[in-house]
Amino acid sequence: MFKQLPNDAAEKVEVILNQQTVLVPLGTTVAAMALAQGLRATRTTPVSGAKRAPFCMMGVCYDCLMIIDGQANQRACATYVRQGMQVETQQGVGPLLGDVL
Amino acid sequence: MMKTDVLIIGAGLIGASTALQLAMRGCRCIVIDKDSPGRHASGANAGGLRQLNRDPAEIPLTVEAAKMWRNIEALVDSDCDIRFSGQLRLAENQSDMDKLEQRAAMVRDMGYQHEEMIGKKELYQLVPALSPHCVGALICREDGYGRPYHALTAFRRKAEALGVTFHSSTEAYTIEQEGEGWQVRTSQGTFSSQILVNCTGAWAGQLAGLMNEPVSLTAKALMLMVTERLPHFVDPVMGAASRKLSFKQMQNGTLIIGGALIAKLDFALEQTEIDWHQLAKSANTVVDFFPQLKDVRIVRAWAGIEGFMPDNIPVIGASQTMKNAYHAFGFSAHGFQLSPVVGRIMAQLILEGRSELPIEPFSIGRF
Amino acid sequence: MKNHYQLLIIGGGPAGLAAAVTAANQGVSCALLDEQPAPGGQIYRSIESVPEQRAQTLGAEYRRGKELAAAFRECNVDYFSETRVWSLNREREVGVLHKDKSKIITADQILVASGAIERPVPFPGWTLPGVMQAGAGQILFKSAGVIPDDGVVLAGSGPLLLLLAWQYMQVGVEIKAMLDVTPLSNNLLAMPKLPKALLAHHYLTKGLVYQRDLKRAGVVTKIAVSDLRAEGEDNLHAVCYRHLGREHRIETDLLMTHFGVIPHIWLTQAAGCKHQWDKSQQCWRPQHDKWGNTSIEGILVAGDGAGINGAKSAEHAGRLVALQALFALGVLSQEERNKQSANERKCMQSERHIRPFLEAYFAIPQTILATPDKDTIVCRCEEITAGQIREAVANSHADSNQVKYLSRCGMGACQGRQCANAVAHIVADAGGQPVSAKSHFRGRPPVAPLTLQQLASLEEQR
Repeated sequence: MFKQLPNDAAEKVEVILNQQTVLVPLGTTVAAMALAQGLRATRTTPVSGAKRAPFCMMGVCYDCLMIIDGQANQRACATYVRQGMQVETQQGVGPLLGDVL
Repeated sequence: MMKTDVLIIGAGLIGASTALQLAMRGCRCIVIDKDSPGRHASGANAGGLRQLNRDPAEIPLTVEAAKMWRNIEALVDSDCDIRFSGQLRLAENQSDMDKLEQRAAMVRDMGYQHEEMIGKKELYQLVPALSPHCVGALICREDGYGRPYHALTAFRRKAEALGVTFHSSTEAYTIEQEGEGWQVRTSQGTFSSQILVNCTGAWAGQLAGLMNEPVSLTAKALMLMVTERLPHFVDPVMGAASRKLSFKQMQNGTLIIGGALIAKLDFALEQTEIDWHQLAKSANTVVDFFPQLKDVRIVRAWAGIEGFMPDNIPVIGASQTMKNAYHAFGFSAHGFQLSPVVGRIMAQLILEGRSELPIEPFSIGRF
Repeated sequence: MKNHYQLLIIGGGPAGLAAAVTAANQGVSCALLDEQPAPGGQIYRSIESVPEQRAQTLGAEYRRGKELAAAFRECNVDYFSETRVWSLNREREVGVLHKDKSKIITADQILVASGAIERPVPFPGWTLPGVMQAGAGQILFKSAGVIPDDGVVLAGSGPLLLLLAWQYMQVGVEIKAMLDVTPLSNNLLAMPKLPKALLAHHYLTKGLVYQRDLKRAGVVTKIAVSDLRAEGEDNLHAVCYRHLGREHRIETDLLMTHFGVIPHIWLTQAAGCKHQWDKSQQCWRPQHDKWGNTSIEGILVAGDGAGINGAKSAEHAGRLVALQALFALGVLSQEERNKQSANERKCMQSERHIRPFLEAYFAIPQTILATPDKDTIVCRCEEITAGQIREAVANSHADSNQVKYLSRCGMGACQGRQCANAVAHIVADAGGQPVSAKSHFRGRPPVAPLTLQQLASLEEQR
């Protein structure tokens, strides 16, 4: 669906996307990275379980919510990749919070 | 001119419930509101169905109301999206426990069984997610919560089905006695009725003023905040013995957080302003009880305008100065639970001149 | 970050940056807050870090942002990037989230330069993965060099659609089709506004050049398209539409749509500034005078957040409104303000000659704004359909806020940003009333979500 044009000047970082390690230029948002890696849906909705993907890319639609470094409901389009970042597709409301929940 | 038997001013839940009970008894009613139904407290409240920790004067009413809520579908053809998940008042130390135990004893002595103490073990069985520092709680297992605007809509629609009409954007300008009855001039024309009922919540002081029966009512705006949806993790509604807290997880997974948190209010302009420092304290309290929630997002906060009486219990009853005039207002932020029974009491008062339940403590003349 | 500034600028797009440059070195304490990691806003996104070749492809208008960002970097204002403003009120108290801590700061003059968002327009299938806004496509390109791999269908109305198609063409993206939903009848309505638009003919010329280039490249453009539909189970498979009385279907896994842009008014709305419905721009905007003053003293607006006029106009407006703020702060006399702003106002007005024509030509028809399809999701967050909204209105929940109370539309994480417009149009259509200033959802702060811990950190400030 998408590809990322090469940018030799940019420093690359390792990001773990759904358990796969990928190399991504710094300055890329998580949403852009996910799309460029061929992820079609980045979450399912809590209401109907429908699949969703980034829509506005400017932080206003809240449809690109993903689990980033263990935290659910992060706007992937407003979060930039960092070395070692863990990114996961979010299912519904996301995982339980902590051990006792 | 619109003519009716009973003119109810205020299309909140109390007004709609009163209209419904009157219509069920064959009485013609019109409900008018300066805004739209449930625009203020009835739409903006937290939806708590609580018998727990009420003023002793309210206990007979709240117990009867609880029975009505249990059977609400028979009354309004809708379950109002109610959950009977229980309500708790948390104790964090021995002094809290003493306070709550005294309360439980007082309720028992009055002959009621709905409030009881639970110890640490049962508390953590009920709410495993709770921070381990709590020591027990006062509980009412029959309590729960509903969705206020849904409940109001159900009451309104059932009343409409029985012939009641609701008029929005109809503000009362003057109220005059006309023989035995009333004439109310409004922004949408004049209404004439035999009987007048004041159910105008935070505006009831102004209305009572127009009716020449001044009353000491204060308008305040109570804040609530709501989070994003979370996995289901807690059933009962929670308060705390010695901290400002009202905490529940709704049917859809969102948390509603409040607890007598007062916003800045310009009553004349009906403008409320969230007091973030108070909400920050409240956020701290929530994280104290549920540390796992620290990264949960608040998506919305609001403040609803409500009428408070000096003693924090409502005015329910006939006017002390005029014939054919009645009041039901000033529920001081806990009227949702009482609304079905207050409607019934009002209908009895208006049509039979009596109330099945004791309402002397709620007289407008008590001050 | 200080607890108080004389001038606080919110937003680092063209209006905010230009305002900061103007206000700097005038002896006032001034800060600019912006959510992005670097200056530029959405229009000049990643302008400082974009590889030169990509900047060339994106065009001269985008590269203009380089100068502005450079001037901003030189100027003497406190710049807080990656800083979220989550609240603003009439006392000019600003809730700020910076480095994961919240804080409330105050200012004598606040310039809200919040820019625009794309007008969200619900149509069947618009929530499917593979359907995006055209602006999203452009942001992916500008900020990350991410472009469609297997072609894209572009649909909707407005200059951005054409620009994106042209930019994509430069990097070899296959444009499977351009589906223009602009009704032919708009031509007639726009014609009387053409003479004024000719005063800004460079915009028109550029549009014609883009069209010519696309045609030469063999891109299929269909005009007066209707009944746009995105089809697919879990993902987009095809785009369907009606053209010249016939149904068409294009297989694609990517559709980008554009229906114009609207001011991002959530902050001014939270503050309680008066807003009005702008019939020509088909959106709400904050009321303001010719100096950018809103209905609340000390809160000013400039740029697209004040009403859609484009990036260049925003830059002039930013300077002009900064001069007004300096006048209000007593730094400039009225005469100095008037003198220094005269040229900005002139340039701003000449940039705006094109707008009435564009607004009439690209006006979105009511049948698209108030979708008649009852199964179309309107509130993306709570998944409330147009049919549910119409039913609520039929059951005498007569305004947007009552519909919201009943159905939860607008209560999701986006705070109604994606559905407020459509709900207003559908409620108006169902109730037979025009959209008005009152049709908007009442503001419910925080303007951006805040965690309990971030909110609790406010107490540390005390």
